Formats: sequence, structure tokens, C-alpha cells
Amino acid sequence: MNNVLQLVWLIPFLPLVGFLINGLGRKYLSKTLAGIIGSGAVLGSFLISLYVFYSVKSGNTHIAHYFDFVNIASLKIGFDFQIDQLSAVFLLIITGVGFLIHVYSAAYMHEEDSKDYAKYFAFLNLFVFSMLLLVMGANYVIMFIGWEGVGLCSYLLIGYWFKNNDYTNAAKKAFIMNRIGDLGFLLAVFWLISKLGTADFHSVFANVSKLSTTDITGITILLFVGAMGKSAQIPLYTWLPDAMAGPTPVSALIHAATMVTAGIYMIVRSNILYSLAPVTMEIVAIIGLATALLAASIALFQNDIKKVLAYSTVSQLGYMFLALGVGAYSSGVFHVMTHAFFKALLFLGAGSVIHAMSGEQDITKMGGLSKKIPVTYVTFLLGVLAIAGFPFTSGFISKDEILLNVYQHNKFYFYLAAAGAVMTAYYMFRLLFLTFFGSFRGTHDQEHHLHESPKAMTIPLIILAVLSVVGGLVQLPHVFGGHPYFSEFLNPVVKTAEHADANLAFKEWMLLGGTIVGLIIIYLVTKKNYAVDKVEGEYTGFKKILANKWYVDEIYDAVIVKPIQSVGTFFNNIMEKKGIDGFVNGVGKAVNYGSRQIRLLQSGHAGTYVLLMVVGILILFIVQMFL
Amino acid sequence: MQNLGLRFPELLIWSPLIAGLLCFILRSEKNSKAVALFSSIVTLLISGASLIYADDKYLSGLTDQYVWMPYLGASFNVGLDGMGHLLTFLTAFSFPLIFVATYNSTYKNSAAFYGLMLLSQAGLMGVFTAMDALVFYFFWELALIPVYFLCSRWGGEKRIQATFKFFVYTFAGSLLMLVGIIYVYLQTPVTPLSDHSFALNAFYSLRLSFPQQYWLFWLFFIAFAIKMPIFPFHTWQPDTYEQSPTAVTMVLSGIMVKMGVFAVLRWLIPVFPAGVEKYQTVVIGLSVFGMIYASLIAMKQDDLKRLVAYSSIAHIGLMCAAIFSLNITGVQGVMIQMFSHGINIIGLWIVVELIEKQTGVRKISQLGGIAHKAPVLTVMLVIIALANIALPLTNAFVGEFMMFSGLVTFNIWLAAFAGISIILAAVYTLNMVQKVFYGETNTLTAAIKEIAWNEKIILSVIVVAIFMVGVFPQPMFNLTKQAVLLVLGKGN
Repeated sequence: MNNVLQLVWLIPFLPLVGFLINGLGRKYLSKTLAGIIGSGAVLGSFLISLYVFYSVKSGNTHIAHYFDFVNIASLKIGFDFQIDQLSAVFLLIITGVGFLIHVYSAAYMHEEDSKDYAKYFAFLNLFVFSMLLLVMGANYVIMFIGWEGVGLCSYLLIGYWFKNNDYTNAAKKAFIMNRIGDLGFLLAVFWLISKLGTADFHSVFANVSKLSTTDITGITILLFVGAMGKSAQIPLYTWLPDAMAGPTPVSALIHAATMVTAGIYMIVRSNILYSLAPVTMEIVAIIGLATALLAASIALFQNDIKKVLAYSTVSQLGYMFLALGVGAYSSGVFHVMTHAFFKALLFLGAGSVIHAMSGEQDITKMGGLSKKIPVTYVTFLLGVLAIAGFPFTSGFISKDEILLNVYQHNKFYFYLAAAGAVMTAYYMFRLLFLTFFGSFRGTHDQEHHLHESPKAMTIPLIILAVLSVVGGLVQLPHVFGGHPYFSEFLNPVVKTAEHADANLAFKEWMLLGGTIVGLIIIYLVTKKNYAVDKVEGEYTGFKKILANKWYVDEIYDAVIVKPIQSVGTFFNNIMEKKGIDGFVNGVGKAVNYGSRQIRLLQSGHAGTYVLLMVVGILILFIVQMFL
Repeated sequence: MQNLGLRFPELLIWSPLIAGLLCFILRSEKNSKAVALFSSIVTLLISGASLIYADDKYLSGLTDQYVWMPYLGASFNVGLDGMGHLLTFLTAFSFPLIFVATYNSTYKNSAAFYGLMLLSQAGLMGVFTAMDALVFYFFWELALIPVYFLCSRWGGEKRIQATFKFFVYTFAGSLLMLVGIIYVYLQTPVTPLSDHSFALNAFYSLRLSFPQQYWLFWLFFIAFAIKMPIFPFHTWQPDTYEQSPTAVTMVLSGIMVKMGVFAVLRWLIPVFPAGVEKYQTVVIGLSVFGMIYASLIAMKQDDLKRLVAYSSIAHIGLMCAAIFSLNITGVQGVMIQMFSHGINIIGLWIVVELIEKQTGVRKISQLGGIAHKAPVLTVMLVIIALANIALPLTNAFVGEFMMFSGLVTFNIWLAAFAGISIILAAVYTLNMVQKVFYGETNTLTAAIKEIAWNEKIILSVIVVAIFMVGVFPQPMFNLTKQAVLLVLGKGN
């Protein structure tokens, strides 16, 4: 047991070292070396994480104290790590999927020159380091350090091609919207500190009884605001689609598999607080559901392959929050895991497509790729099946578990969530058919260059495809002959409410049947519309509103950005220059003027001086008499 | 050895003072630069050595006292407590950085320039060590007066207007403070040598009536608020920063604004507790409003220097608000932030100076694409900019975290409102980074070269300091622990 304690610091430390070597030595490292260092560091962390995973299986928690970050009379924050079942799951996702994406990147980024290549791996390692801090921290402060750290890396990697202004705009937008959420997170931590004097998980959760209902509701809502930013929920989701400006492996790692799930991690970590705040739970569920539907509706008619996946991610994150909101914490985490498999797969697959298409991202200009890039096609197809919920794939198992839990909570939510699932299947099949079926709609040059990606890219695809298909079996319901190993593993951290439901088997079979029928219909409809030789150009009517993302960016610009800018202008031009400065300069001028007048008194006539002196003495005398 | 320890506060003043006078006497254009640099390094060594004595057991005893105008009850009494150690070290650490960073700048009549700089440093050291109100006032003026000359003789085009405004503000402030000091002095009881006393202890043990405290509070507060500056006493700052030579701006923003913060902690809070309590809300309100106000204006600035100036006003507003929240966490945060803000803003000025020297402009809209040409400079700037927006593991995070934490204890709604400045800081800082460093180069920036080795070293020192304090802040807390308790009236 002590062995684990002695090793856990290595998990974030290795990527940190990788970051330093690649960052400082970027001028001197060859591409091969930079790639090996970057990937190797994460592989090392993964191996240790595996070890950690096995040693917390028995249900124990380790807390390692390294040094005092802050230790003053009124506040003590340790640089502590906490390793338990929840962090172990996230460690495996981050380092496991992270490693595959590093390997993939080594091939995907090979056209960069070696300095930028090393820089890329440095940032990627820094990201993994921050993400590991986030899930390993034993208090909210260390978690927040990782929390803002991943935001920074996201900023740096979205703006990786910094010559392009659109990209750096997207990077800036991501950082700022995350910061809005971060403020909520911070205020929650301050609130906790002001009431309990600590930010340590175990002391906070042990002392929840000292908090009033208002405190708990306020704190959980503020924490959720943090989650909205990081995990792209309404109203702070608009940065994620723009974040697709970054290299595609970055989108896979940061904006699909890991960072954006930090909000889910944080809420599950705080499940003891959330379970005591029913109001917040309802808000989480509603926001999650609304986000799931809104983002899915936007994804229906996007033409950029990465944008479709981005909105799909926002939508799936919504499902995760919906699960948390109805109290199904472990289902939420389970969906984080399966989503990490199939969404990373889809993004990397999209990267492979873009690679093959010489940089093209518009799916209306693709088509018929299934024969040209067969490995990418087959793995992508498996990813699509998983996210669409094809029976017994990982996505089916995790999504159905969420839907069943939602059904228990509120039937109306369930129907809406099911409608979202239909949209999910629709936009994914649309994407699949437009990309891989029909006839090729790109240029001749592109057609000429079409090629399957190298092994370093296809092998990660194959591994992720396998995981997407079978990864859900660890939580296969009893009805289908499985056993919920996953939620059992999480049980020490997250108490899952066991609701004895006589009709459970019936509902499971209904869902299975519904899914099969639904998928067949959607398959037929989308195939007819999108496995085509030509694609309609402009969208009209309601489709146009969806294609333009409900104009949310434009609305934010008009309602929030512009007014803030105007206030700034008012302060700068009127209040500052005319108001305060005007006054100060006025005083200055008055003093100048006054002194010029008073100078006239210094006439040099002795008589005047004597007269003034007498007057002065008289005044003093009178004052003396009356006081 | 203890005797030697006792000499440190004094040495910290003498070293720059003598070197400064030497510059005037030598009148040598060439040597004065070297004299200034050398003396500033000596001062840094003295300050570093003094930290050895920054132990709890010396903290109360490290004072030096000479009889000076005994008939008035004033004595040349200087000493170092934790806060004094912190700020004298900041001063000693900053000056070599400033001199090296601007080593290639040439000034007309450089003997006078460096002489005045060093006199100002001596004044700053005096302010941070003074244990006597008259000594404090004397050094306060000694630190400021050279700045008028530096700005008005070596400044930019509009230097006269800027200096005039600066003068009006600070003169008004000093006058109010002087009146206040004399009034408080007259209330002190008889000592064996004189009728009254200027000693800090005499001020501290004084129990002024509530009405007296109420109006005295404003005399002192306005003086210090101008120096910090706090809204609406701040409009001298952007102009002065913009017009002064960069070396002077560094001194002004890196160290001199801390005079105001320091003075509030040492001369205001403990002396007028009732006044502080009564006007606590007003002051925090002004500070918090000023944070948002300055941040919004910063978003509108096109001139790099003015951008940094307004950003600094926002940061100082937070310090003032945290002080007046009157709790340990907040004030402890202010302590560490005084140091961090000093280091970071000097770093920002160095970058601004480097850009201006190479391109001749400071307008954000005219720059762009520097990252291609000077990657090292860009990395350094990005790190300093991130520290400016208090990203975790940089030095400013710890301070801001604790200051906000203190403010929440006072009132969570105000803290939430103040927190908007965290978001706005990211807006204007990242905007600046994007416009100046990213994108394509233009005719002005195409010729930019990577920075020289001495500039790399200076910026590296700053970056290392940023991370050291950011990851291991605890030594700073240990240093200032007692001082915080003293300020809040919880120590002995």
C-alpha cells in the first residue's frame, strides 16, 4: 500500500518532465526524439496508473501530503494528492487515451518543423500534467490549479497555429468563457473556506452538517457554473465548437475525451454536497438536458466534419450532466469513459479523413471514401455505431443506463432525452454517409492524393474502435447476462441508489427494441438523403437557423459583448477624461490662477505690508476674544 | 552578530544615498551608470543578508535608533519587521533589474539621472523602515521629489503636463498627511525628553476619540489612496507612467505604489481602528468599483503603457479592498501580492521597453507577429502576462486567491462583483498578447530581432521568481506572519 503512495507523484511528474525537456530543448531535439519523449512520458504515467488502479480495487483511499502550499493561522492548504476509485478511473482514461493520441499525433503533425513539433508535444504534456493535477488533487485548490492549467493548455493548443487570427480568436474565446466559469468555481471555494476554514475534500465532506441549506445550494450552484464553462454547457458552450481551430488530435484529447469532462469529475467528486442540494440537482439536470438537445439540433446540419463532432460532444456532455442531475453519478462517469473511447475515435478518424483529403473539412465536398481509406472507414463506422447506441456497443450500454435513470426521475425528461438520442443517430449517420458513401465530390487534386494514414495513426484507431465496441461490457445489465462491475468499483466514492424495480427487465428490453427499430428507420432515411452524388447547397427556413447555430454567438455579441464595450468607452472617454481629469486639471488651473493673483499682493511697498499686518493682528485679536 | 543585524535597516538607506550623492559629485556620464548598478547590487546583497535575521526572534528587535531633534520627540528610528523585510527586499531586488534592463538606454546628463534614481531608492528604503512619523514623512518626500525631476526632465513629449498633474495630486496628498501627522503628534503624551512624540509606538498606543479618528482617517487615507492609487484619485497614474522614462515608470509602478499600500498597513489601520471600521465599507466599495472601472478602461487602451497602468490600478484596488476586509487571510494575501505585483509589472515594462526600442511604437494596433521574430521574448512575455492574470502556480495566484478569500469573508456579493475583474483581466491581457505577438508581422515588426542575452537573463530571473513564489509561497507567509497580526491588532 505504501508503494502506491511513493509512486503516485510520478504520474503527473513524468509529463511535467516531458514538457520541460521538449519545451526547453525544442531547438535541439529531432522530431523522433520529441515524439518519443512526449509519448513515453504519458505511457509511463499510464503504467503507474494501472498499478494504482489495481491497488485501490479493494475500496481504499490514499492521501499523500507533499508540502504546505499555504499554511497560515486562518487557512491551511496542502499540496496533497488523493487517490481513490474515482481518480483511478480518470487516471486511466487520461493517460490511456492520452497515450494513444500522443502516438497518433507523432504521425499527424509530421509536417510541422521540428521546433514547432517539440513545442506541440510540450504543450500536450503540459496538458496531461494539468489534467492529472485536476483529478489527483486532494482539495479544491489543487483541483483548481489543474482546472485553470488545462484551460491554459487548451488556449495554447487551440491557438497553436498562431499566425491565423481566427484561430487565436477562438483560443481567446475559449479561455475567457472558461474564466467566467472559473470565477464561479473560485467563489464556491471561497464560500467553503469562509464557512469551514478548509478546502480539503475529506474535511469538507465530513463537515457538511455545519453548512446551512443556503450554503450548500449556493456552493453547488457556483461549482456548477465552473462546470458549465469547462464542460461547455448552456450558456457557456459556444467556445467548444470554435475550439476546433486547434490540431485535430488536440480536439480529440482535450475537447472530447478529457478536459471537457472535468466538470463531471468535479460534481461527482462533490456528490456528497450535491446530494444535499435537490434544487441544484434539478438545475443540473435541466441544463444538461437542454444542452443535449440544443447542441444535437445544431449538429444536424453542420457541414464541417469537426463541427459536427464538436456539437455532438457538447450534446453528450449534456447527457452526462443529465445523469448527474438525476443522481446517477456512476452512470455519468461511465458515460465519460465510453464517450472518451468513441469520441476520441471519431475525432482521430476525422483527423485521418482530413489528412487523406489534404486538409479539407467540409463533408459536402467528400463522399465515397469508404473504399479509399478502408481502415479509417471501418473504425469510424464502429465509432458511429457506438455513439448512435447500436445494441451492446459501449455507447448503447452507457446511454441506456442514463435513460433508465432519467425515466425513474421524470418521464418527461426521458422522452426529451430519447428525442436527443434520435437526433444523435441522425447526425452521425448523415456524417457517415456524406463522408464515406455516394461519389467523391472533391477536386481532382484531392482525389489524386487520397491515401490511407500511416500505422501510427491507424493503430490507435483500431485500439479505440475495439474499446468503443466492447468497452461497455463492464457494466452490461443483468438482464443481458452481465454484471455492473463498473459501478461496483466506484461504490466507495459514489453511493448509487439501488432502486428495486420489478419492471427493470421489461424496460431494458423495451429500450433495446426501441433502439433497434429507431436505428433502422434513421439508417434508411439518412442513407436515402445523404449517400448521394450531389449535395444541396444552401439551407433554407428552419434548417438555416440550425445551420447558423440558432444565432447564439450573434445574440451574445449584441447582448453582452457590445454593451460591456460601450461601458468601457463611456468610462474611458467621459468619466475618466472629462470628469475626473477635468476636475483635477481645473484645480490645477485654479491654483495657478490664484497664485498669480496673490502674487500681485507682493508689491514691494512697505506701507501695504504694514497695513496687512495690522489687519491680520486685529483679526487674530478679535478671534481670540470670541473663542 | 546581533549588532550587525541591527545595522541593516540603516545600511539599506545609506548604500543608495551615498551612491546617489556620489553620482552628483562625480558628474561623470560614463561612470555613474556603473556606480548605480554596482551600488544597487551591494544594496541587494545587504538586503539578502538582512533576511538571515528575518527570524521571529529578531523581528521585534531589529531597530536602529539615533536621537534626532529630541526636543521635538523625533528620533532617527528605523527598523525592519517582516513587512519591512519584504518591501526592502523588493526594492533592493528591483533596482538591479531595472538598471540592467535599461542598461543600453542613454540619458542626457546621466549622472543626474542615476543620482536621482538612487536618491529615490534611499527614500523608498527609508519609508519601509521608518519607525518614526517624522522620519517616515521625510523619506516619503525624499522618494517622491526625485521622481518629479526625473519625469519632467527625461520624460516624453507631454511630460510637463503629466508631471504637473502628478505634482498636484501627490502634493495635495502629502499636505493632508503632514497636517494629520502633526495633529496626531500633538495628541501624544509627554515623554521624558519632549512634550510629544513622533514614534510609531507612541502613535500605536494612542487612543484617539472616535470623532477625531473619523476625520483623521480621511487625511491619511486620501494621501495613501493617491499613492496607490484608488479610484477616483488615480488619474495621475496613466499619464505619468506613459510620459516617464521606462526606468522611472518601473520604480513608480513596481515599488512606489507599494508605499501607499504599505502606509495603509503601517500608519493607518493600527492608528485609527475606529475610523477604519466606520469607513471600511466605503473604502472597499471605492476599491471594488475602481477595479471594474479600471479593467473596463484597460480594455479600451491602445497604448501598451496605458494598458499596463490601468491593469495595475485594478490590481491595487483588490489589495486595498482586501486590506479593509480586515482578516488574516486577506491581509496575508496583500503581503505576498505586494511583492508579486512589483516583480510582474517590472517584467511587463521591460517587455514594453524592448518592443518600443526596436519598433519605435507602443500602439497595440500597429504591432503584430512578434512571436515569429522573437520566440524567447514571446515565451517570457506570455508567462509574465499569465502571472498578471493570476494563473495558478504563478506568484499572483496565491495572493489573489487569498485576497479574494478575505473579501468573501467581508461580503460575498462584493467579492463576486470584484471577481468580474478576473474575467476582464483575461480579456485585455490576452487581447494584447494576440494583437502584439500573434498574427502576421507587418513592416514595423518585421525587423524585430530576438532579445539580447542580458535581457534574456533579466527576464529569466523574473520568470523564475514568478514560479518560485507561485509554487512555494510559504516562506513569504512565514516572513510576514507577525506583521499581519500586528496590523490587525491581534499580535503583541
